Amino acid sequence: MSEKQKKATAYWKENVRYLIILLSIWFAVSYGAGILFKETLDQIQIGGFKLGFWFAQQGSIYVFVILIFVYVRLMNKLDKKYGYNE
Amino acid sequence: MTVQTWTYILVGLTFALYIGIAIWSRAGSTKEFYVAGGGVSPLANGMATAADWMSAASFISMAGIIAFAGYDGSVYLMGWTGGYVLLALLLAPYLRKFGKFTVPDFIGDRYYSKTARIVAVICALIVSFTYVAGQMRGVGVVFSRFLQVDINSGVIIGMVIVLFYAVLGGMKGITYTQVAQYCVLIFAFMVPAIFISIQMTGNPIPQLGMGATVNDGSGLYLLEKLDGLSTELGFNNYTDGSKSTIDIFTITLALMVGTAGLPHVIVRFFTVKKVKDARKSAGLALLLIAILYTTAPAVAVFAKTNLINTVSNQSYANMPEWFKNWEGTGLLTFDDKNNDGKIQYVADKTKNELTIDNDIMVLANPEIANLPAWVIALVAAGGLAAALSTAAGLLLVISSSVSHDLIKKIIKPNISDKGELWAARISATIAVIIAGYFGINPPGFVAAVVALAFGLAAASFFPAIVLGIFYKKMNKEGAIAGMVVGILLMLFYMTKFKFGWFGGGTPADYWFNFGKGGISPEGFGSIAMIANFIVALVVMRFTPEPPQDVQDIVEDIRIPSGAKEATGH
Repeated sequence: MSEKQKKATAYWKENVRYLIILLSIWFAVSYGAGILFKETLDQIQIGGFKLGFWFAQQGSIYVFVILIFVYVRLMNKLDKKYGYNE
Repeated sequence: MTVQTWTYILVGLTFALYIGIAIWSRAGSTKEFYVAGGGVSPLANGMATAADWMSAASFISMAGIIAFAGYDGSVYLMGWTGGYVLLALLLAPYLRKFGKFTVPDFIGDRYYSKTARIVAVICALIVSFTYVAGQMRGVGVVFSRFLQVDINSGVIIGMVIVLFYAVLGGMKGITYTQVAQYCVLIFAFMVPAIFISIQMTGNPIPQLGMGATVNDGSGLYLLEKLDGLSTELGFNNYTDGSKSTIDIFTITLALMVGTAGLPHVIVRFFTVKKVKDARKSAGLALLLIAILYTTAPAVAVFAKTNLINTVSNQSYANMPEWFKNWEGTGLLTFDDKNNDGKIQYVADKTKNELTIDNDIMVLANPEIANLPAWVIALVAAGGLAAALSTAAGLLLVISSSVSHDLIKKIIKPNISDKGELWAARISATIAVIIAGYFGINPPGFVAAVVALAFGLAAASFFPAIVLGIFYKKMNKEGAIAGMVVGILLMLFYMTKFKFGWFGGGTPADYWFNFGKGGISPEGFGSIAMIANFIVALVVMRFTPEPPQDVQDIVEDIRIPSGAKEATGH
């Protein structure tokens, strides 16, 4: 394997690792907190919101937005580390 | 000034703005027509994507659906936003690096096969046509209520406007008009929401007002009060809903994956300069969409509470003027079953006297809350902006599928750039006429099918594209078999339970019923998508590997640097 290919493989591995972490959070806030564990979380009340209901109609959306921007930052850093930025 | 005058002024002004932009930004080449020349800034692309995405359904119907479905309505909120995470992380950057004009372009080249390209073109056309007919209908509804023209003339006016800027400007014209349309629609959605939030809770931010205490001195939280009102009238608790968990789960998944697989959304990421810009503009698009999507559930709670307070057990003779106005459109009906002259709005169907269409909640909300005339007119302009921007984006996908993927790539490869541009304009014109026809004569199943367009996109495109990027060894046999099985399975389930084909069936016959109810056709896209993945992976094992040069392409799209300009060659 050439030096160039090794670099590309290493970059891809780190990229996939980020994806797995970020998508686990994506799954946890929507399918987890908003659907599967909704009833349990509803026992907790914050202000006028039951927590599970809040995740389903508000919280998960905020987390989605944050996730993409975190991804943008992580990838920009990663691009720089491997010299793929332009 | 009356609502009518205000509506003419605001709709006239916004239409003049859209036409002005279209003339300024008309397309001179196929590259400008398909991908706006490839030099759109991430913010402009984010705004255009948001406007493209938020259709008449998001603007007009969604808050109303949530108001009546309560917690069950969460599937739309999570489904139509969570898809952007998949899009940003799994698709957009790689498709931008790949650098072509259309989704069938990617499928055709990645799977080195004309058959794959044709299958992709057919899927793109099915998905886009089902979706666009609903938009033209939305335009008609807004025109008929606020400008007092009949629905058909409304559709025709809408057709002429869209035709004008989509045919003239292509992607370039559409992108910059969508930027303007985003501003109009978000302003039109937020102004009444803020007014009503202040009225009901004293909090100017609707997202917080939804969780605040009511202004009526009872000290109750708004959601508590609505839960109480709902159960009193025999409905489910607003914050609990009635669908089975498996149905909620699969519908959310189908909508998310479908969002990421919709061709008119994907192509937007071909218009930016660099891979880095594609990631960033996906984030900006979701941020701009989230403003409306986090406000909509608040609007739903305000509107539902207001509605129950205004009508429940009140005398029909004392109803305010908006009630009579909407009765005129047939979207709200009152039938005094027990002849007591009062309105009984209850869950029990034999005793309920009031039927309300989902769509009027957003449109009537400012009237119910007694807001000034200009706010009501603004909502009309916003609804039109939402419907027109989405229709234009879809028409572009349809015209480029025909002129680029069919004519240029399959039927007549030696066509000149100018010839292809004309072919694109002619197919856009034909597509507008077909869409307008369905807007005027909606087949009974349009509304049902629009929701299912997501299932179709999830079942066909998403697995083929993801495997194409993340699995180098995926070959054409696997991808084609997967797409065909996915879309046919989805079409089968949808026609069986929605149109009664193949023996039909009732919700009690839904598949995957583990005691609490099975999966509805809206959620079945998730199952068809999984079937697509499995079939693709199995068929791949028994067929030859993709050629080395294709595997090299996959290696190349994984590296963000060196993205060339998008080309069709």
